[in-house]
Amino acid sequence: MNALYIICGLGIISLLAEIFNFKKALFPIVMVGLVVAIAVAFLDGGNASQAFSNMINFDRVAIVFTMLISITAFSWFWMAKDYFSNNSHLTDRFAIVLFSLVGAIILTSINNMVMLFLGIEILSISMYVLAGSNKKNLFSTEAAFKYFLMGSFATGFLLMGIALIYGATGTFELLKISAFISAHSSDLPSFFYTGVIMVLIGMSFKISAVPFHFWAPDVYDGSPTPVTAFMSTIVKTAAFAALVRLFNGCFAEISSTWLIIFSVIAAITLVLANITAVYQTNVKRMLAYSSVGHAGYLLIAVVSSGNIQGVILYYLFGYSFASLLAFAVITRLEEKNESLTIEKFNGLFSRSPFLTFSMTVALLSLAGIPPLAGFFGKYLLLSLAVGSGHIWLVMIAIATSTIGVYYYFKIILAMYFKKSALSQIDLSQSLKILLVLLLLISIVAGIFPDLFLSLL
Amino acid sequence: MKTVQGISLDYYIWLSAALFTIGVLGVLYRRNSIIIFMCIELMLNAVNLLLVAFASYYQDPQGQVFVFFIMAVAAAEVAVGLAILVLMHMNTKSIDIKVLNRLKW
Repeated sequence: MNALYIICGLGIISLLAEIFNFKKALFPIVMVGLVVAIAVAFLDGGNASQAFSNMINFDRVAIVFTMLISITAFSWFWMAKDYFSNNSHLTDRFAIVLFSLVGAIILTSINNMVMLFLGIEILSISMYVLAGSNKKNLFSTEAAFKYFLMGSFATGFLLMGIALIYGATGTFELLKISAFISAHSSDLPSFFYTGVIMVLIGMSFKISAVPFHFWAPDVYDGSPTPVTAFMSTIVKTAAFAALVRLFNGCFAEISSTWLIIFSVIAAITLVLANITAVYQTNVKRMLAYSSVGHAGYLLIAVVSSGNIQGVILYYLFGYSFASLLAFAVITRLEEKNESLTIEKFNGLFSRSPFLTFSMTVALLSLAGIPPLAGFFGKYLLLSLAVGSGHIWLVMIAIATSTIGVYYYFKIILAMYFKKSALSQIDLSQSLKILLVLLLLISIVAGIFPDLFLSLL
Repeated sequence: MKTVQGISLDYYIWLSAALFTIGVLGVLYRRNSIIIFMCIELMLNAVNLLLVAFASYYQDPQGQVFVFFIMAVAAAEVAVGLAILVLMHMNTKSIDIKVLNRLKW
């Protein structure tokens, strides 16, 4: 709970920095503030607390997800240092990112439909602005515009769903809704189910699951790379935290309505996203499709039963840090206004062995190769699915992750076995430390998965 | 018979469903960005109407408060959206969404 206040305060401080002219000190302040937020969330531990007349409920799950989001945000700020330097809109960028984190944390702890709506909107509206933050670049503007149109369209569906559920149950509180469902399980009006489906559609847009994914590759490709990294890690984490709270918590009783829909969505997401990714030549676009594919894997956990939250947390942890690692390398390699094709990775090994090693670990973790975090995430997720009897989903997931290995290895092969005439790449000290840190996290989390699973 | 102000609740549901559908179809079929904005607003206002009708039916202020939240957030959303639209117009001199085809498969 206090972590939320701290990050909100940091956002306000960022706005004040412009007026009181301490822009130079802002980056250290934000980093220290995020560390404090992580520490506070950690000290809160298992103490559940409610706030705003029970509209948000900071239970253990929320606290652990808050920690994950704060740690990811910390690494992200470190990675995106250049994004915040030498810019006239520096303080605005800080403020917008921090406020979007507030939205993300609200989403992890929703206890009321109002907070679901507000959390999603705080997060999305900030992301529309950030996607378009490279104002001179037409691609960035186009990405922002597409994201805005699709995002508000999805919000419309979500709101219609919320309104219909309110009409059927007479309340916005998740606990009261689930109590109402168990009390009236046989005579719920038909528009209640319509409402649930509409919420499902709205949330599918936000997690970019097929067939509601078409905005994702364009937006991920067009946005500035650090923003893409933010979208594919923190936004996804928050959206899944909210999704699990809604469907596995509030609508658990009527799982017969949504279970099959989510299973089908998961299956087509896996197949379509992974096959399309094979044909991409632009690395950012390929990672966008891979990110859509990972949403499919995560949906398999949503339709299973057991320690869902623990597995999703661990999977998102492995996925987020592998993505950050890959995006850190991409940010370093990227040149101004040029799309990063796979050819740009040719002979990277001779230009910078360390960068190559980092990218290799990131891609192997995303592909799910042991002993990295991505492998155990997938393993736990699939064993959960087998335990709940979704054998056909597991078969599809295994087949598609084989396709995944193929397109991730295209980059790895280019890096090691192709020749390049370009000169050496110098890495700054801070980037080296960040890469070592992210590598350690990916490897340690892979070797000791129990550390994370015991958190929930 | 469920009624609000003497009118059956069903009529409210059908009216807002119709408005919502018009909004959705508008977003899907129109090419002009401003019209698409208006259609998104229409979707949100259909939701507002429905919420107010239900709130009145249940004699519950929560639904009406939610409408204020939606109105405030929609205003913020449009502010951001129009800013992006102006940026778009500065870059391409057009507000037709056909120009949004540089990013493709």
